[in-house]
Amino acid sequence: MATTYDIAANPAPNVQNSVVPAVAVEDLHKSYGAQKVLNGVTLTVAQGETLAVLGRSGTGKSVLLRVIIGLAKPDSGSVRIQGQEIADVPLDGMGEIRKKMGFLFQHAALYDSLTVGENVAFPLEHHRRDMSRSQRDDRVMQLLGEVGMESARNKMPSNISGGMQKRVGLARALALDPHILLLDEPTAGLDPISSGEIDELVLKLQREHQMASIVVTHDLHSARTIANSLAILDKGNVIIEGTYDDLQKSDIEFVKEFLKVS
Amino acid sequence: MTSGELTLSEGNHSKQPKQRAEPALVSESGPGLFGGFFEWFGELGIFAWQVVRAAVTPPYEWQELIRQLDDVGSKSLPLVALAGSAIGVVLSMETSASLTRFGAKSLLPSAIVYSVVQEMGPIITGLVVSGRVGAGIGAQLASMKVTEQIDAIEASAINPFRLLAATRILACILMLPLLTLAADACGVFMGWFTQSLSEPLSLRHFIDVGFRGATLNDLLPPTFKTAVFGLIIGLVACFQGMRTRGGAEGVGRAATSSVVLASLFVILADVVLVKFILVVFP
Repeated sequence: MATTYDIAANPAPNVQNSVVPAVAVEDLHKSYGAQKVLNGVTLTVAQGETLAVLGRSGTGKSVLLRVIIGLAKPDSGSVRIQGQEIADVPLDGMGEIRKKMGFLFQHAALYDSLTVGENVAFPLEHHRRDMSRSQRDDRVMQLLGEVGMESARNKMPSNISGGMQKRVGLARALALDPHILLLDEPTAGLDPISSGEIDELVLKLQREHQMASIVVTHDLHSARTIANSLAILDKGNVIIEGTYDDLQKSDIEFVKEFLKVS
Repeated sequence: MTSGELTLSEGNHSKQPKQRAEPALVSESGPGLFGGFFEWFGELGIFAWQVVRAAVTPPYEWQELIRQLDDVGSKSLPLVALAGSAIGVVLSMETSASLTRFGAKSLLPSAIVYSVVQEMGPIITGLVVSGRVGAGIGAQLASMKVTEQIDAIEASAINPFRLLAATRILACILMLPLLTLAADACGVFMGWFTQSLSEPLSLRHFIDVGFRGATLNDLLPPTFKTAVFGLIIGLVACFQGMRTRGGAEGVGRAATSSVVLASLFVILADVVLVKFILVVFP
């Protein structure tokens, strides 16, 4: 399908020459009441790389993503997005930084009063006001095409399956051509076939868009499929980070147990 | 976001562990009755400030505002017209009997017009809109909150205070006086209609007599005070909706508390505003 949308309006940085990490998290602390959720997390993701963050429920994986996109404020530590520190950026100033990031929520979080097409068009309507209606429609069809959901354009989110909702959520996350993609449990609650389809889709999108991605998941198989490196979070801290082979060689008891049961 | 600011995202995600208890006007634990009372008002004040700040800075959400004007205005009109009509009928029947007893039946048109325009129309409109719009806004925003749709808006670099709250509050402020005029018109008309069933009287004569001696000071302040009711309804409903936690139960609580608190504050505000109008527009 032909599109007149100018993708160069928001070009991704030069992947090969970029030395600044896409996301750099350093000594991040976050508590809710007396409970420490993040306890000194340090992570780096280069442009074009995918990091999978694994761990038990309640270890702060989703909170980490929320801190990175500025939906939660860290107690201390540093979060840099393409070199720009965001930990102390006020709410009003987060807009431009968030435009660089796409976020897929665990339950897709589609706007239930809008159709699938309108959901994908939503960020464009607010941030690409220079686009004509036909350009926007073309862009929506292009995005839905990328996730194989063109035929669902006029359906309501409640009338499509969970897997389809994730696909639409992914299309919406990609609408502004983000440089960084944050995926919160992209395969949670899906059957194995749908999970595999989502994994393939994420891989395809990463190849085509060369984004940096952070994927929070319980699914080790999915993590191995889509990520360059894996990090395991336990008690609010990263206990190991590396390739799957690195994890297999680890002597850390928790890592051994995690790999054994996963 | 600066430290101490109330934000939509902070501390209200369904997956976040052990969140601090939601301050309530009447709380069973935590800060206690008075602590909870002041905490609630403090958070409401911060929320209002964030809405004002978002509303006055571009980009402006004109499309959403127009949609909300339609939702608050035209969709409330039938209900408000019906309530105003019922008030007119009741006033006509009640006042007619009383004035006849005191030999002052000629004052009936004025009694109905003044009662409807100065008090009954505005307060009935405020309460009806509190019920319909307050519950609607509270439930809708609460539902969006617990399903992370508001987080998704924020993650898309769109200010939810501007898109969701400011537009709804402004729509309530703008539409309440117009709905009040509709309620007043229906009330006066049905007051005449009811009266004319027992004693034929032309509408023109009824209105001439009813509005005789009335000045703009008698008519405009009571109508425009409902803009304050609109502010209260929109603000309270948006606040209760956007701070919701706890799934379907939280949505139900938000809808109920939006109606209860908005209605209560509308009645309390009416007391203050009536006194204010009497002093400023004697």
